[in-house]
Amino acid sequence: MATVISAAGLTRTFQTKAGPVAAVRGIDLAVREGEILGFLGPNGAGKTTTLRMLTTLLKPTGGAATVAGHDLAADPAGVRATIGYVAQCGGVDPQITVREELATQGRMYRLPKAEAGARAGELARELGLTGLLDRKAGALSGGQRRRLDIAMALTHRPKVLFLDEPTTGLDPGSRADLWDLVRRLRDKHGTTVFLTTHYLDEADALADRLVIVDRGEVAAEGTPSALKLKHGGSIDAPLQDTFLAITGRGPSPSADTAPVAV
Amino acid sequence: MLLHDTALIYGRYLRQSLRSRFALLFGVLTPLLYLLFYGPLLTGLPLGGAGSSWQVLVPGLLLQLGLFGALFAGFTVIVEKGQGVVERMRVTPVSRLALLLGRVLRDATVFVLQAVLLVLAALVMGLRAPLAGILIGFAFVALLTLSLASLSYALGMKVNTPQEFGPLINMVSMPSMLLSGLMLPMTLAPAWLDVLSHFVPFRYLVDAVRDAYVGRYTGTPMLYGALVAVGFAALTVTVGTRVFRTAGA
Repeated sequence: MATVISAAGLTRTFQTKAGPVAAVRGIDLAVREGEILGFLGPNGAGKTTTLRMLTTLLKPTGGAATVAGHDLAADPAGVRATIGYVAQCGGVDPQITVREELATQGRMYRLPKAEAGARAGELARELGLTGLLDRKAGALSGGQRRRLDIAMALTHRPKVLFLDEPTTGLDPGSRADLWDLVRRLRDKHGTTVFLTTHYLDEADALADRLVIVDRGEVAAEGTPSALKLKHGGSIDAPLQDTFLAITGRGPSPSADTAPVAV
Repeated sequence: MLLHDTALIYGRYLRQSLRSRFALLFGVLTPLLYLLFYGPLLTGLPLGGAGSSWQVLVPGLLLQLGLFGALFAGFTVIVEKGQGVVERMRVTPVSRLALLLGRVLRDATVFVLQAVLLVLAALVMGLRAPLAGILIGFAFVALLTLSLASLSYALGMKVNTPQEFGPLINMVSMPSMLLSGLMLPMTLAPAWLDVLSHFVPFRYLVDAVRDAYVGRYTGTPMLYGALVAVGFAALTVTVGTRVFRTAGA
């Protein structure tokens, strides 16, 4: 299948008062069309920074990337027209109704007024928000709110959907619903989904392939079973152990034997 | 596209303003209090200029409205950053200039509306000024709010918390108010203060509006005021758009 996202040496260094901080140090990626890619890593590994670069929100300080055939540096507008992005914190005003937010979003993607209204209704049907159209976004439950965030990102039927920790803070039922939604998007529309997560069960259940980043670099990549076999010792190894083996996090033996206080 | 996008963003934020009508009225309260309780103190004083004391005070209050109101516009963008609204919009193809222009045009609309209320109240208090002069005054309020709101949004995009934002704004607004002669004309000032005030851009705007209020539309103060207002607006909108385009916050 065709490659829809490719990145080579993608780098971002932040200038801080304490000196330069390398958040992402040379990430290479190849995501195939229609793939659900799980982007994993410990806190501070550079997941969100990578995502923000791929979605044109942050200029890379090095490297290059192509998203859906558009060069990130040369044609950010082209990238924007073909991607959807849901940030960790969502992106709707709690004082505005679901209908108005969806319709305004459609207009931002240059749909004519009537079409934007129709599209809002269509998205609401598809994401189970129909009965909530006239409610303010702030009055939605966590799960409903997440579905609205995703609906906003699907307004223009993007080829690639970026989700930053989409199920953080959701109850188990809402998480399962969201997984179904993501699978349905891919199966029905062939949407490529690039999602970051902290939840290893989520990555295991949802992703076709995992990319594990650590300290701003790709530490491992492959299907969940291949990674388990290679780093966890067996194909049935818990992904948790595999993840710790790759990132080297968790209680190290030397720390365990050291006296707590002397 | 720019026009379409600007209208879209403008509409969104104007609806937001209209939803909180209370805040809309509240904004005009401070200058109204000055008008009611400070204005009468000036009626018998020799203020040096042509016209009545109201023709001196009201232009100052109009620009004060813009100065204090528009400089705080950036607060809203700090809140919206927290909600993720700013990034969500920046990922759409919407024009970056429109993201700023839509917002500042909303602010200009709101402040001109408040300025109209203030002038109506001033007419009751005893202000008499030519209509053309009053309209020119509104134009200056619009340009000033456009500039200051742009600056404020740019700053709001840069800082992360309202706690940093408030003191920064106060640091700008208080000296600007005192040094531009908003409350009393700088012609009353000793030479050193008068010279100092010429380094504050708002001084030129106040002088221009005061001239307009006494029917002088072609003097040097009007020329300087117009140049400073337009130049300042061009500069601040450019800075603001740059920030919306590249903001890494």
